[in-house]
Amino acid sequence: MPTSDALPAAPADAPEVVEPVDAVGRAEQGARPGAVGAWLRFLRSELRLILGRRRNQVGLAVLAAVPVVIAIAVKVADPTSNGDDATFLNQITGNGFFVALAALALEIGLFLPLAVAVLAGDAVAGEANVGTLRGLLVVPVTRGRLLAVKYVALVLGALLGVVLVAVVGLVAGAVLFGLHPVVTLSGTTLGLGAGLVRLLLVVLYVTAYLAALGALGLFVSTLTEQPMGATVGIIILSTAMWILDSIEQLHWLHPWLLVDHQLALVDLLRDPVYTHDLSLGLLTDLAYVVVFLAAAWARFTSKDVTS
Amino acid sequence: MSVAADAAAAPVLATSGLTKRFGGKTGQTAVDAVDLTVPRGAVYGFLGPNGSGKTTTIRMVLGLVRPTAGDVRLLGGRMPDDVATVLPRVGALVEGPGFHPYLSGRANLARLDAADRLADPRTSAQRVDEALDRVDLLGSARKRFRAYSLGMRQRLAIAATLLQPRDLLVLDEPTNGLDPQGTREVRTLIGRLNQEGVTLLVSSHLLSEIEQVCTHLGVMRTGRLVAQGSSADVLGSTRPSAEVTTPDTTRAAEVLAGLGLADVSPTPDGVTATLDGVAPEAVVAALVGAGVAVRGFVVRHATLEDRFIELTGGGFDADE
Ligand SMILES: Nc1ncnc2c1ncn2[C@@H]1O[C@H](COP(=O)(O)OP(=O)(O)OP(=O)(O)O)[C@@H](O)[C@H]1O
Ligand SMILES: [Mg+2]
Repeated sequence: MPTSDALPAAPADAPEVVEPVDAVGRAEQGARPGAVGAWLRFLRSELRLILGRRRNQVGLAVLAAVPVVIAIAVKVADPTSNGDDATFLNQITGNGFFVALAALALEIGLFLPLAVAVLAGDAVAGEANVGTLRGLLVVPVTRGRLLAVKYVALVLGALLGVVLVAVVGLVAGAVLFGLHPVVTLSGTTLGLGAGLVRLLLVVLYVTAYLAALGALGLFVSTLTEQPMGATVGIIILSTAMWILDSIEQLHWLHPWLLVDHQLALVDLLRDPVYTHDLSLGLLTDLAYVVVFLAAAWARFTSKDVTS
Repeated sequence: MSVAADAAAAPVLATSGLTKRFGGKTGQTAVDAVDLTVPRGAVYGFLGPNGSGKTTTIRMVLGLVRPTAGDVRLLGGRMPDDVATVLPRVGALVEGPGFHPYLSGRANLARLDAADRLADPRTSAQRVDEALDRVDLLGSARKRFRAYSLGMRQRLAIAATLLQPRDLLVLDEPTNGLDPQGTREVRTLIGRLNQEGVTLLVSSHLLSEIEQVCTHLGVMRTGRLVAQGSSADVLGSTRPSAEVTTPDTTRAAEVLAGLGLADVSPTPDGVTATLDGVAPEAVVAALVGAGVAVRGFVVRHATLEDRFIELTGGGFDADE
């Protein structure tokens, strides 16, 4: 990044970057991958940190176990006793495709938000807690860059969780029930390929919600040095929103709640896709991302790091 | 005069009126109007008892904590605004080692290196191992950090500051938790780095640990910098003192005062005074000549320890 610092300028063969490093420095070490490469390198390190942690691996296993449990439970149960209409459960016996959808619809209420809350708690509060935050900041990693990498890693972690649930659901469904053309909620039939595209859209829609929750979580994470406290706080906020959203008398509040339109994911299984609630849901997600990333940035860039 | 020559003459670090109050206007003043000057090439010993504000000062210098008042000029930049351009030339260990417990020592350093946008990824592994080697941790590089002993943790934190060539190293209590041998190794390392042209700011509350390597000293007391300068200046401002053991306290005091010695004061078993350039043998001769029963006579040269206690302990009028 070019700066107007009173330091010796870089040699002429490195035109676009003014090196802040003087005689003992690293400018002489030859071509480097540049800003994007450095950013990706930090992101990879962050993802490795997240995925290498045993607790997170166990969490992923739990997420992946849900569709397997659903598929087995439906297979073992007497198919005629299945009268529940609320989820995709009753369609599973006819088409294993619906295991993935049923699992996502079930996990969106608690398990997936919990996963995001854990990652968000680690992101800033966790680094502060083990004392690595000050080490990163004096490397130096600018605070904006740190937040950006943390947030992108958080969203990628959420995406991984959602994709894993969907893929394991598809595999379990295929093994136990077979995959067939998909009958939509509108009664039409989609080929399996078109159905998989719909499933991909569901995955992205759920990830967008988790990305919004992640922004909220990142903000909470800048408020404390206790990752557990941050995680519990995020879970409480998320669960409270689901509860408030289920109380009819509070309908005036519902448009402000992040979770209000999340179950609109079923609209992706209509033919044609019913977009009204979906677009409201995405707009709400976007609003939460913007507001809480701004709040996290404002808080974190002005914060005294005394951990 | 060129910009570069200008920068070479300027101190590596200079703070003016640096102040930090925690907890709002009524809060405690942790650092109070500190004017720190660390010249290029120095090993600056930053001393002070627990809670005197060393770490808080260092945090402000590194842009971790925003000063309530005053400013910090570091390597030609102004902190905290110039963090991104200045800190790549600074290696820092702040308040003890902080690492991911379930990562190995090597993985922890690799992570810090990956976070450095100026670091060359191709030389990363080599630089990590060189840094580990400098602190003698290469043998334990694959151990998880949580399995490290206190001394190994401290050494890993020092290694983290050595991943890149630096102009300035800021080491906050680098010898904390080290055994005497480890302390000596750190001292040797400090001396060697200084010979390589690195300026060092080393904080400690145990003076004996860094006394021998420091070219400059700054002493903190309850948030204020009560002494600063070259080691000789800070230490030299105490002169050797004479300690007379005698039952004839009053008579001895008269003789010493008569010789023009300052700070004559009685002790439980004798008298002490500052030797103001008067030869010790002349003092003994005068005492004996005056019939004082001298049972013992000792000339004490102030150590940094004494000077430190004098500056930071009770009795010395440092609070104005
Ligand atoms: N985050 C904080 N909030 C409130 N007070 C603080 C905070 N951090 C430090 N202090 C106070 O500031 C004062 C100076 O603390 P600091 O850690 O700078 O001392 P120190 O010289 O490094 O001590 P030590 O030798 O024990 O490391 C102490 O009284 C401490 O209680
Ligand atoms: Mg300290």
